[in-house]
Amino acid sequence: MPLTIVVTAKQVLDPETPASALQIDTARKRMVAPPNVPPVVNGFDENAVEAALRIKDALGAPNVKITVLSVGKSFALDVIKKPLSMGADDLVLVQDDGCDGLDAFQTARVLAAAIKQMGPVDLVLCGRQASDWDQAQVPLALAEFLGLPCVHITKKVEVKDKTVVVERVLPDGTEVVQVPLPALITVSNELGQPRYPTLRGIMASTRKQPIIRKLSDLGLNPADLKPKVELLDLYIPVRQKKCEFISGDNDEEKGRNLARRLREAKLI
Amino acid sequence: MAGVLVFAEVGEGGLAPIAKELLAAGRPLAQALGEPLVAFIAAEKAGPLAQEAGAFGAQQVYVAEHAFLKDAHPDYHLLALEQAVKRITPSAVLLGKTPLGVTVGPRLAFRLGVGVAQDVVSLKVEGGALIAERPVYGGNAMARVALRQKPFVATVRPKAFEPLAPQANPSVAVQSIPVSLDASSVKVKVLERKKVEATGIRLEDARVVVAGGRGLGGPEPFQQLEELARLLGGAVGASRAVCDAGWLPYQYQIGLTGKTITADLYIAVAISGASQHMAGISTVKNIVAINKDGDAPIFQEARFGVVGDWKKVLPAFIDEVRKLLQR
Ligand SMILES: Cc1cc2nc3c(=O)[nH]c(=O)nc-3n(C[C@H](O)[C@H](O)[C@H](O)COP(=O)(O)OP(=O)(O)OC[C@H]3O[C@@H](n4cnc5c(N)ncnc54)[C@H](O)[C@@H]3O)c2cc1C
Repeated sequence: MPLTIVVTAKQVLDPETPASALQIDTARKRMVAPPNVPPVVNGFDENAVEAALRIKDALGAPNVKITVLSVGKSFALDVIKKPLSMGADDLVLVQDDGCDGLDAFQTARVLAAAIKQMGPVDLVLCGRQASDWDQAQVPLALAEFLGLPCVHITKKVEVKDKTVVVERVLPDGTEVVQVPLPALITVSNELGQPRYPTLRGIMASTRKQPIIRKLSDLGLNPADLKPKVELLDLYIPVRQKKCEFISGDNDEEKGRNLARRLREAKLI
Repeated sequence: MAGVLVFAEVGEGGLAPIAKELLAAGRPLAQALGEPLVAFIAAEKAGPLAQEAGAFGAQQVYVAEHAFLKDAHPDYHLLALEQAVKRITPSAVLLGKTPLGVTVGPRLAFRLGVGVAQDVVSLKVEGGALIAERPVYGGNAMARVALRQKPFVATVRPKAFEPLAPQANPSVAVQSIPVSLDASSVKVKVLERKKVEATGIRLEDARVVVAGGRGLGGPEPFQQLEELARLLGGAVGASRAVCDAGWLPYQYQIGLTGKTITADLYIAVAISGASQHMAGISTVKNIVAINKDGDAPIFQEARFGVVGDWKKVLPAFIDEVRKLLQR
């Protein structure tokens, strides 16, 4: 039996979109990017895919199966297929109108139902948070729903025997912990750059079709997925700082004038 | 059901700063609910910590002492807090957005079947709900959310609240809470802690922070930033791009997923000012930016700005600072 890994991934608005180009759809309480800016796979989820692929590299490809799982109302297929082109084996999409605007608790419920349907899973890897709502809740809720031990915000994930050894990121260093499988681990960017899709990977992924599930396939009813956290309002805060630009004939003089101005303002 | 409970973490030589901030955040909620402000301390030995919590506003302190609570192991702290919450049945539980709080808070909420507002910067009780505001989309927007089911659980961003002035002789009721912690039920075993020895002033505590970004082009220019920080009695920080490039370790990262600082003066050199970076300096009043791009977003939040090449601006700036300070 190969080691089965599920990686959760979310399609998000590209966080590199300049703030000035972002707008709020007040009716849907959602941030929208200009039409020419495509969505991306959440960066931390790509880190989680990379963590899974490193395990696959270490244990040998036939011994590891990586399934990527995403929940949403609609997907940009070329975007959400990226993990496949990086080297993941399967893509499962829970695609349903009822998955629009779920809160973290309910998203985790849907993910948990989808994972349970897959049969026994050894390791669940998730990005530490999604760069749209920055909640960092879904993985923790998922661990609770699946009854799995969990380690949050890690930079190294290795499978040894029937355990996973991970390095947790802390403000003043790291902590090496060991957990028996099955377990859920969240991955942070400190793991290192996710690999680029290879040409072969891209070719393979174009042939692969995602496995689509509806909420009803998972025995879930949209009416039961009421949010625990109610979103009242989303707004762009007004910033009214006025920058005093330091002048000078050249850059060196501007530097000296800056020092004098900071002294004058009693800041140094 | 009663009380606003603060999960008071222990820091070096006393309560962690976040614990005091949470007590300040919790007080108006307790007043609005007409309930006491309660601190919960989980530690190996609480000693004077309970009195300290009292001094910073707690009216009642519950203490759980256990050898397993010595370190910030999320699983043991979750078990302890869960047991305490079941006994105390508070109306609200506040935790810090710390490595411990962000793990324990959501898991507690999900176990209790309620929602959690994560990383909040403002809180109020209104119409029987907890209304919280939290930065989203990397800090580009704010979301106002409501929790309607008790206990309300929220994790609070560090430095978002100012601790109350400590009282000299607080009258605080201290009660110990027995917790049963079973090592066999906790599957996460710590093998090793690798602490990065901090030299000089801690970034989080520094009054002056000099930070560099991707525009510095490599690790070497940080020597100039070090020198400036030394002159000003401050610390050096960096953007995530710098840490991702491996120029500095991640302990230097400031921002949404890095450190939150409270400096009086922040000097950003060749940092563009992405919202996720600015999230770490949102309480800094005096931001100074040196950037060659006059349209860089950092200038929208800076008090003083120099549009120029750091390679020329910075050495001249440092020389002049040295002269002015006669160092
Ligand atoms: C979920 C998420 C979380 C994140 N968390 C963080 C976080 O915690 N902290 C963080 O910092 N970032 C974070 N980021 C990344 C953030 O979005 C930016 O990518 C990052 O802050 C950019 O770093 P930078 O400003 O150093 O680099 P750039 O954005 O590349 O900016 C470099 C700047 O240097 C200037 N420059 C170049 N050459 C010169 C020169 N010779 N003289 C003067 N100026 C020059 C340029 O004009 C430019 O403005 C996060 C991103 C995501 C998606």
